[in-house]
Amino acid sequence: MASPSTRIDDGRDVDSDNSGLMREKLSVLIVDDELLVRKVHEKLLSKLKLAKQVQTQTATNGKEALDLHLSGSSFDIILMDLQMPIMDGTEATKELRAMRVESMIVGVTSVDAGADKEAFMEAGLDKCLPKLLTADKIKSLVETLEKNK
Amino acid sequence: MERNNHLPRQVALMRQSLFDQGYLDEQFVQLEELQDDANPNFVEEVVTLYYRDSARLVASIEQALDKSPLDFNKLDSYMHQFKGSSSSIGGRKVKAECSQFREYCRTGNGEGCIRTFQQVKREYATLRKKLEAYFQLARQAGPREAASRST
Repeated sequence: MASPSTRIDDGRDVDSDNSGLMREKLSVLIVDDELLVRKVHEKLLSKLKLAKQVQTQTATNGKEALDLHLSGSSFDIILMDLQMPIMDGTEATKELRAMRVESMIVGVTSVDAGADKEAFMEAGLDKCLPKLLTADKIKSLVETLEKNK
Repeated sequence: MERNNHLPRQVALMRQSLFDQGYLDEQFVQLEELQDDANPNFVEEVVTLYYRDSARLVASIEQALDKSPLDFNKLDSYMHQFKGSSSSIGGRKVKAECSQFREYCRTGNGEGCIRTFQQVKREYATLRKKLEAYFQLARQAGPREAASRST
């Protein structure tokens, strides 16, 4: 039903920055089968006031996320849904870690605590947060990312 | 002219009543905070997506409730998704009915599921009507009022 979605949504061309300075980029991959969630998270990220320019891409399932990595893309943060068709978040996270992807992978799910969620964490998540994310939660992720560099 | 001056207030009152009557919760406010000049109809777009995508879930639940015996795991899974989506737009009453339905799934109460699903659909339809009326009025009032919030 859904075609692969790999739009880059930053709305800005860094190379034509008048100041002559290249702002460091923060690249985020949003992996969720729900368009509503992708749309809200993209908008949230676009409105964040960060020192870095935020670039977002989206994928509608775990397989699309893997395909992006196999085609050479890399991301600072991956926001990964759990329940998705074709390939769910647990399997995608396992595969990404097996590929030695070092991105911060954050599970974003409304699934209650239980075996599925435990398996999701054990697949290699750095963190698991409830849907929908807020600006404060994303800023906190970015701070953690910076601290761990 | 005089009528137009009352529109912003009507929009604000209508909006507030949606919260006071329990139809919406804080998540709706979170969506409003994302609305800006670049996307002046962001909230309406998100709500439209919700009704478009959740229609399929409602149909799936209806089909599942027609089967015998009931597959409570499947019903719970569908309703979990529906509850999540409803929560994303701040649909407080819809979300509450979804929770009740899930409780009946957990206890294997088929009659409870069927009865509660009627409530879910009722709240879902009511919220849709109210939001459609609100967005229509907000559009008449103009982009400034559509993006503004009352207390």
